[in-house]
Amino acid sequence: MTALIETLALSKTFTLHGRGGLQLPVFSGINLSVLPGECLALTGHSGSGKSSLLRCLYGNYAASSGDVRIRHQGDWVSMSNATPREVFEVRRRTVGYVSQFLRVIPRVSTLDIVADPLRRIGVAADEARARAAQWLQRLNLQEHLWHLPPATFSGGEQQRVNIAHGMITNPAVLLLDEPTASLDADNRRVVVALIQAARDQGSAVVGIFHDDEVREAVASRCFDVEQHRSPA
Amino acid sequence: MKPGVLLSARQAGKAFMQNGKPRWACRDVNFDLYPGEVLAVVGESGSGKTSLLRLLAARLACDEGSVHYEVRSEQANETDGLTDLAQMSEAQLRRLARTDWGFVEQHARDGLRMNVSGGANVGERLMALGARNYGHLRQEALSWMQRVELDTARIDDLPGTYSGGMQQRLQIARNLVTQPRLVFMDEPTTGLDVSVQARLLDMLRELVDELQLAAVVVTHDLAVARLLAQRMLVMKDGCVVEQGLTDRVLDDPQHAYTQLLVSSVLTP
Repeated sequence: MTALIETLALSKTFTLHGRGGLQLPVFSGINLSVLPGECLALTGHSGSGKSSLLRCLYGNYAASSGDVRIRHQGDWVSMSNATPREVFEVRRRTVGYVSQFLRVIPRVSTLDIVADPLRRIGVAADEARARAAQWLQRLNLQEHLWHLPPATFSGGEQQRVNIAHGMITNPAVLLLDEPTASLDADNRRVVVALIQAARDQGSAVVGIFHDDEVREAVASRCFDVEQHRSPA
Repeated sequence: MKPGVLLSARQAGKAFMQNGKPRWACRDVNFDLYPGEVLAVVGESGSGKTSLLRLLAARLACDEGSVHYEVRSEQANETDGLTDLAQMSEAQLRRLARTDWGFVEQHARDGLRMNVSGGANVGERLMALGARNYGHLRQEALSWMQRVELDTARIDDLPGTYSGGMQQRLQIARNLVTQPRLVFMDEPTTGLDVSVQARLLDMLRELVDELQLAAVVVTHDLAVARLLAQRMLVMKDGCVVEQGLTDRVLDDPQHAYTQLLVSSVLTP
């Protein structure tokens, strides 16, 4: 079986030009590879670079050296060498990313935010909205909220909107940054079931899960980012 | 030449003479823009953003390098490939500017005709293309006023009686009525109240999506770039110091100047 996402000697160092070029090394020499149906849990103390690694996988952070490769429509795409347009395409078709915080677009309803990734791959508006409604229902988001923009929602409600938005296209590669952090036990169980379903469908999942119970339920392996921490 | 490119800047530059010496307003600008893509150009005032925009829209001629555009051919669904703007006649450029392109000015007054009604402003480009049926022109004007959320009861009023936000929306309707493929925008939301700005941005975002417009948006507001553009280009002193995917440039800026820019705003 071929992996869906891998890194080759991936390193990340921040250079702060405003501080006289101060170097902030985060991690170096990371090699990982995730097969279809696997879920790799990133572990390490806070500040160890888990979120930075996840952002590098998504192309939100640029690799300082090494590469991230993603299997996109049968071919490997090197995220370090890809043009912005190619990265955009990889995200649209192949990668789902659930961040910790929802970036809200003024005036756009929750239902349309969740339906948007489907619209972008050509699903008709009605069908996209219907499927968005199913996801929100499954995540127990009260129906009277669907037509409101999520700006005023609670942390847990926003997180569920984010999960629905990131997972609705059943992406082959799924990146999850603490998807259950602000959820109650019932909703945590729903999200665990959704992640397990994504694995069963052959997605490669990479995630950060602070809750031990959640991690044990969804992860097939752990990767300790701490081990690759660059000496400061 | 890559297939599908709509607009291509190649080492494009513009110099103004100052005390007998050339001063480069912008220089060595390179990018390819594809249909449906939105590119934001950011940087502080004096960085050369507006000169670049005028260069791309053939309002200024390149002193160095070139700008190419995929001209739609007379036959439907066919194109003549990329054409160097410098090789095109005045008449061809004028035709491009009022059919296939739009240009949204920072000050709506510069992009509107203030002495004719709102409706006539929307209809003008259609009339320039030969539309003469009054009923049809009025219908188009009404439908575009609705799309940009203008009160259709104001169709016969002069733009001078509109608020700043309404004028800006009228200017956008006036540009989009010929279904251009590429729109240039110079600080489209600057100078508007925050709430008016949010509404205009949201409208722009939807129109760009719906009509699959390509756009080059000059802005000094990083939040505007984040909301509208997939890609961005950061300018300083006439040079492009960094370009890439919008969220990558904003969340992990590499160049000293981009880092300064991003760290200087409250919420990018």
